[in-house]
Amino acid sequence: MTGDVAVLGAGMHPWGKWGRGFVEYGVAAARAALADAGLDWREVGSIVGADTVRGGYPGYVAGATFAKALGWQGARVTSVYAACASGAQAIDTARVQILAGRADVVLVVGADAAPKGFFRPAGGDRPDDPDWLRFRVLGATNPTYFGLYARRRMAVHGDTTEDFAQVKVKNAALGALNPYARYRKRVTAEEVSASAVVADPLRLLDICATSDGGAAVVLSSVEYARRHGVVDPVRIRAVSTVTPRYPTAVLDLPDIATDSAVAVEPATEPFRASLARVAYEEAGIGPEDLSVAEVYDLSTALELQWYEDLGLCGEGEGAKLLREGATAPGGRIPVNTSGGLASFGEAVPAQAIAQVCEVTWQLRGTAGDRQVAGARVGITANQGLFGHGSAVIAVR
Amino acid sequence: MSRTRAPVVARWFAGEGEEFRLLGTRCRACASVFFPREDVQCRNPGCQGDDLEEVPLSRRGRVWSYTDSRYRPPSPYVTDPELPWEPHTLIAVELEAERMVVLGQAVPGVAVAELAVGMEVEVVPGVLHEDAETVWTTWQWRPTGVTG
Repeated sequence: MTGDVAVLGAGMHPWGKWGRGFVEYGVAAARAALADAGLDWREVGSIVGADTVRGGYPGYVAGATFAKALGWQGARVTSVYAACASGAQAIDTARVQILAGRADVVLVVGADAAPKGFFRPAGGDRPDDPDWLRFRVLGATNPTYFGLYARRRMAVHGDTTEDFAQVKVKNAALGALNPYARYRKRVTAEEVSASAVVADPLRLLDICATSDGGAAVVLSSVEYARRHGVVDPVRIRAVSTVTPRYPTAVLDLPDIATDSAVAVEPATEPFRASLARVAYEEAGIGPEDLSVAEVYDLSTALELQWYEDLGLCGEGEGAKLLREGATAPGGRIPVNTSGGLASFGEAVPAQAIAQVCEVTWQLRGTAGDRQVAGARVGITANQGLFGHGSAVIAVR
Repeated sequence: MSRTRAPVVARWFAGEGEEFRLLGTRCRACASVFFPREDVQCRNPGCQGDDLEEVPLSRRGRVWSYTDSRYRPPSPYVTDPELPWEPHTLIAVELEAERMVVLGQAVPGVAVAELAVGMEVEVVPGVLHEDAETVWTTWQWRPTGVTG
């Protein structure tokens, strides 16, 4: 298929709280991805960095920062910022460059050294920034939004805190098998329910941590991959980066209110579902074709929402799908085989790339003890602040 | 010492007691309502409107969802680190006339155990925090005691 690009290499720096700079994590991930691709950095025609705003000045221009650290070699350079969707937008930028014939091989890198505790906006008095306003006026942290969504699911769909805990149990068991995950211990439902409430009804173990980490992929044209001796590469077949449609009917981070639906009827399809649909349409596949999915489990309850938004089950049936074991290893469609954000924590510019790394390894059949037998099609899904969506579909 | 009362954000709410209201804006072309207010142009993609009038929002609505903040939020939320953290409750409220959901803090003392999705709440004036010179005012949601 002409729209495909090959994933020649994937690499990560292990996630955790390492106390070092983000450049170090990004360079380690980049070198791992290049080694995996069997390529010298000097053979790379373009580098795309996913930015981190907390990294200060060099983080805003991550492409050049990583290129300099790897050694200036004259490659085309791009830096991309799209909040949590930065990594997917970096991958899309690389893909477009390849499909446009601007580069044969592109290195995509994202890395972060996250602060301790809650994410917070930059300093100063900035009442023109909706992210600053929700902290200033309401003290509304990210987990309070996750709490609102979780409570809403309980009221509308009958989800229970036990269902939420079982998402953590599943993802922690998978993270225990992943050498790149920050948390590598199995967790029981009792441990989830014994952890402190952060934002009712969610507890500490329902909510993802903030982490240091890095991830990178090397993408190329399919023709280049063949010339390079990779006959049957994992291919990226679709990248969805669509925005929401007015009026939004679901309160979303970091907004204080939804749009009004007085003048325009809301789309029947919510934003997250539209992300997946656009990816499915571009790839020419449907949810029934999936072997594996990596979704953005900022909270346990949100993972259940993604099941529905990806079309793995009907609306309100996420908890049922989980209880049936369909999203666990051995189930019909295992979700977050990497261990998810539950096991990794957030390293914002790296995480959408890390999702693609996991799918790549699954489709190659090299995911070790986490391997989904015979995996052929994988999707990743993610959402960045301010209407940045992302979903990537890869096939083998 | 007399302190000035000042809204935490200018022009988002006004009035005292029963007259207190959140203030949004409404596009004169398509009738879309915005909160926080849009004063420059309408955000309806099918509308070219740039004439927005200030409108008070409905005083009452129904709970869409709710949660609380058991840990001290970071700056720019203002708290006294010398005092133990008292969790505050947040309520997202559906306004029927405006067909929108507006988030706000609950009045002090309302815990999540007292709330349910669908419960009626009303907007009331409240105090966000105080410093030496200023009492910073805000809006809060208070259950009306009506369930539906």
